[in-house]
Amino acid sequence: MRGPEDAPLVIVYGDYECPFCAALEVRLRARPYRVAFRHFPVRSSHPRAEAAAHAAEAAAVQGAFWAMHDALFDDQGRLEDPHLWARAERLGLDVERFDADRRSAAVADRVRADFRGGVRAGIVTTPTLLVDGRRYSGRTAIDLLTYTP
Amino acid sequence: MAVAAGTRAPEFSLARAEGAPFTRDDLLGETTVLVFYPFAFSPVCTDQLSLYDELRDEFAARGATLYGVSCDATYSQTAFRKQLGVEIEQLSDFEPKGAACRAFDVLHPGGFPQRALVIVDPDGIVRWSYQAESPSELPGANLIFDHL
Repeated sequence: MRGPEDAPLVIVYGDYECPFCAALEVRLRARPYRVAFRHFPVRSSHPRAEAAAHAAEAAAVQGAFWAMHDALFDDQGRLEDPHLWARAERLGLDVERFDADRRSAAVADRVRADFRGGVRAGIVTTPTLLVDGRRYSGRTAIDLLTYTP
Repeated sequence: MAVAAGTRAPEFSLARAEGAPFTRDDLLGETTVLVFYPFAFSPVCTDQLSLYDELRDEFAARGATLYGVSCDATYSQTAFRKQLGVEIEQLSDFEPKGAACRAFDVLHPGGFPQRALVIVDPDGIVRWSYQAESPSELPGANLIFDHL
């Protein structure tokens, strides 16, 4: 979770290979929301989404979730393993530990728990925003942030 | 609306990818989820099959097998499945076109399946059915899990 504690809470279900999620991310960063990001990788749609989610959670083990989160969304064209290692190095992480963590059962379970939670909540696609108990998916989610004053 | 819960699954015949028939008898002995979708390669159907396929292991753990059903030809369905990289078996209602969809009462007036889900118990009785308000609505996988 990041953003001012007294700001409105926005829960985002997304994946790092989803272009609409990246478009949403740019808009979210420009607004004073408290953001909780939950992983919703669907492998057949985005084959590297799960690996990228694991990378973010492996960075989280070293206290760098949001730094990795931003680095993944900022360059969606580079999500192969060497690109993930390069990001970890650039962020000053212990790359060996990062690589072990991103392949660990604990990290996989963390990502899968987000996904399963999303399924239980009826999430069907990315990005999906939960704001004030209402759900906005896909283009509607982006439009919400574009036009809300 | 889709065939009602508590009724016996209707007689029908669909075609598997290799052309063999899939009939009411194939529903017996296991819990079956028939996922009726409008068109191969269309946007919502793509998201729907991708999502459900991601959960294939969880469905199997609950004893359920999913099948995708559309009026597309078997070749189109196979190409669709391969392009998506999904494993969910596809069943074709191509000829006579829409006959199985009509039997399950999910044939859209436009000649394609409504977006609908039908769960059939191992004894061939419909346990639950759901028809989306419109073909553009993607039913969450939670709806299926809630009825397994």
